[in-house]
Amino acid sequence: MSIDMSQFHEAFFEESFEGLEIMESELLTLDVGEGDVEIINTIFRAAHSIKGGAGTFGFMNVSEFTHVMETLLDEMRDGSRDVTQFAVDSLLESVDVLRTMLESARDNTEVDEEMVAARYAVLNDILKETTNSEAPVEDSTVDAQSGVVDVASVGGEGWTISFQPHTDLLMAGNDPVRMFRALAELGELNAEVDFSSLLPFSELAPEDLYLSWTVTLVGDIAQADIEEVFEWVEDDCDLTITPLSSEAEKESLEGADPVLEVAEPIQTAPVKSAVKEATVEPPAKATETIKKAVAKPKKPAESASIRVGIDKVDEIINLVGELVITQSMLDQAGEDLEANAEASAAGSDETQKTNADILLRLSKGLAQLERNTRELQDGVMRIRMLPISFVFSRMPRLVHDLSSKLSKKIELIVSGEETELDKTVMENIGDPLVHLVRNALDHGIETPEVRLAAGKEETGTLNLNAYHQGGNVIIEIKDDGAGINKAKVRAKAIEKGIISNEDNLTDDEINNLIFAPGFSTAEVVSDVSGRGVGMDVVKTSINKLGGRVVVKSEEGKGSVFTIRLPLTLAILDGQLVTVGGESYVIPLIAIIESLQIDRTQINAVAGKAEVYKLRDEYIPIIRARAVFGLDDSVTDLHDSLMVVVEVDGAPVGIIVDDLQGQQQVVIKSLETNYRKVETMSGATILGDGTVALIWDVNGMMSVHKKKLNNGVIKA
Amino acid sequence: MARILVVDDSASMRQMVAFTLKGAGHEIVEAPDGVVALASAKSGSFDLVITDVNMPNMDGITLTRELRALPNYRFTPILTLTTESSAEKKMAGKQAGATGWLVKPFNPDQLLATAKKVLG
Repeated sequence: MSIDMSQFHEAFFEESFEGLEIMESELLTLDVGEGDVEIINTIFRAAHSIKGGAGTFGFMNVSEFTHVMETLLDEMRDGSRDVTQFAVDSLLESVDVLRTMLESARDNTEVDEEMVAARYAVLNDILKETTNSEAPVEDSTVDAQSGVVDVASVGGEGWTISFQPHTDLLMAGNDPVRMFRALAELGELNAEVDFSSLLPFSELAPEDLYLSWTVTLVGDIAQADIEEVFEWVEDDCDLTITPLSSEAEKESLEGADPVLEVAEPIQTAPVKSAVKEATVEPPAKATETIKKAVAKPKKPAESASIRVGIDKVDEIINLVGELVITQSMLDQAGEDLEANAEASAAGSDETQKTNADILLRLSKGLAQLERNTRELQDGVMRIRMLPISFVFSRMPRLVHDLSSKLSKKIELIVSGEETELDKTVMENIGDPLVHLVRNALDHGIETPEVRLAAGKEETGTLNLNAYHQGGNVIIEIKDDGAGINKAKVRAKAIEKGIISNEDNLTDDEINNLIFAPGFSTAEVVSDVSGRGVGMDVVKTSINKLGGRVVVKSEEGKGSVFTIRLPLTLAILDGQLVTVGGESYVIPLIAIIESLQIDRTQINAVAGKAEVYKLRDEYIPIIRARAVFGLDDSVTDLHDSLMVVVEVDGAPVGIIVDDLQGQQQVVIKSLETNYRKVETMSGATILGDGTVALIWDVNGMMSVHKKKLNNGVIKA
Repeated sequence: MARILVVDDSASMRQMVAFTLKGAGHEIVEAPDGVVALASAKSGSFDLVITDVNMPNMDGITLTRELRALPNYRFTPILTLTTESSAEKKMAGKQAGATGWLVKPFNPDQLLATAKKVLG
């Protein structure tokens, strides 16, 4: 039976990379000294699984390398080796090496042998250090596989086997019948049973075995093959295997040594030909499998699959079940209606059920269908949801490495790791998040000396938190560092021409200037957070995900970066509005409030566009009709409807013709189906089948500004 | 053919074992650890249990011991999958009541041959 093992490779790589992450995060929590046995056990188990899988699926280099790590972990586990910082760091670096080895195996690329060899050397040095145990690098799993075959001997004509099971042999699920069947496949079998130990019926324990056998097996059979049959019961029986050949028989009669104890390895002189066969074959086999593993073209498997908890799948199956029930309910109502229609056409009054009754059931069924659909949608969406720990788990290592690099003391506190997020959002939020964490460590948290001088604790704290709020996921990165130096930021922004000297900005507005393109206040450009090209990239990538990022900061006390993300990219909670007879969708995440305009609050600033006094703040007014180039003859905006949205952290009012309901819409790409439109982020199909465009409020704002500058909109 | 319970925390190993045994016509139930396996064993009956040793929540040795304590599983063949070829590790399984073992890495043919050895 030949099975294509490559079909399991994707699952193997996926779980191996997960295993590496577990090893990494657990290593980071491992305390130097005694070491928590539970933690070491978890790390050991992860390494062990990778080793086992790698061996099975033909990645021998991975298996061998993991074996050395495992040996080290095993010694830590049983307490024969202390957990040193050096060993932990070394294991962490080994995890990195293992990761690149696995990546090479997955992508079918060359492994950097030098790097691997260097790692081997370090690990072996550690292994040699305190304990005397040799570093068993050569003790690869390949040897284990062929080990059995070395013990080979051939009986020539056959064997006599004396098999005297202990009474409890059956207890472990072994059965002499099955063993004899296996022997019968090797040669001609003749078994004689010995009843002599059988107890009288009254004393018989039904689960004990009182029989023993003398078996003759005729044929050209290797002793190892017979031993293999009895391999599992060697401690549960007395077994002797004697060659049938007359010469050996004679010797055995004389009580000489050719009686072979199975429990002990080779004692007989093996027949030459068999030895040749047995010893030559296994290495050949081994090289063959290795060759195969190398030659087999492996497609780089970029994880196109997701692992879904069985509970989520069960929930969907359950919902589909309900959907089927609803469908049959509606079906029945439809049939009844049809029957009524036919009956009335035939002039008969004998309708079974009144139409009113059927209609009631119909509307009930439709209500149920709506609920089913919504729940099914939620359920299917949840399949794509992964806990944010997938991203958060990268952070402890990052903080560990960076704090030693920057000579800072930092404690990382992570909470809300179980918060779930869409897989696509997850994949794209990792880099911005890493950047923000790097930034907080590099520019935010001060060195121990500076902190002590400022009367703070020596160790800085970085809080990483995630939670759900409404239909959004909020991620907070909070540090207790120096905070943003507003004067410096303002000066820099003026210098770079981002703002003008006269601009009067609030504290928050100044803080958020750090997201402006090409902005950097770090006195020394470090290789940790780069040259300030980062923050605007961070902002752009978060915006691309339909999210927003803002920073709040207090000088001397620290900063909080808050990222707000939609739960999913496929579905959006939207507010339906009408402009010029067309329906549009405004993402709910962008909306602050909607209100009816009061004439007295409008101000037309000279040379600029209209602004609206919303409580204590003046906000710009955008006329949607003007942006879309529609007829905009309304001069008096009194009583018009205005949707207040957030654009770049500041509120902006958009005038619309009418507000409709709120609803969830499925996002269709405008770019793939039509082309990019500056003011729109996508399109959707409404319940009545019409297409509605989804606004991109940032785009609306920039078009508004352009038109304003070109004088298209009169000031 | 036979109903077999396959227990391993590694999904790829489980897939490989299950796929191979299904190919030989057996019915397979999979479990990711000892706790789940024990629950499956209690709610159904199996002709063979194949279990990994190192697993979270409940390891293969404990699972074997727990299964042997159940009346229905006193004589059911239980095979452990072990990467250790050392006698010590094999014996740990045997002492807990395992029927035998299969040393990793193994190929599908070895697996089928071993399964055949214990299926009646």
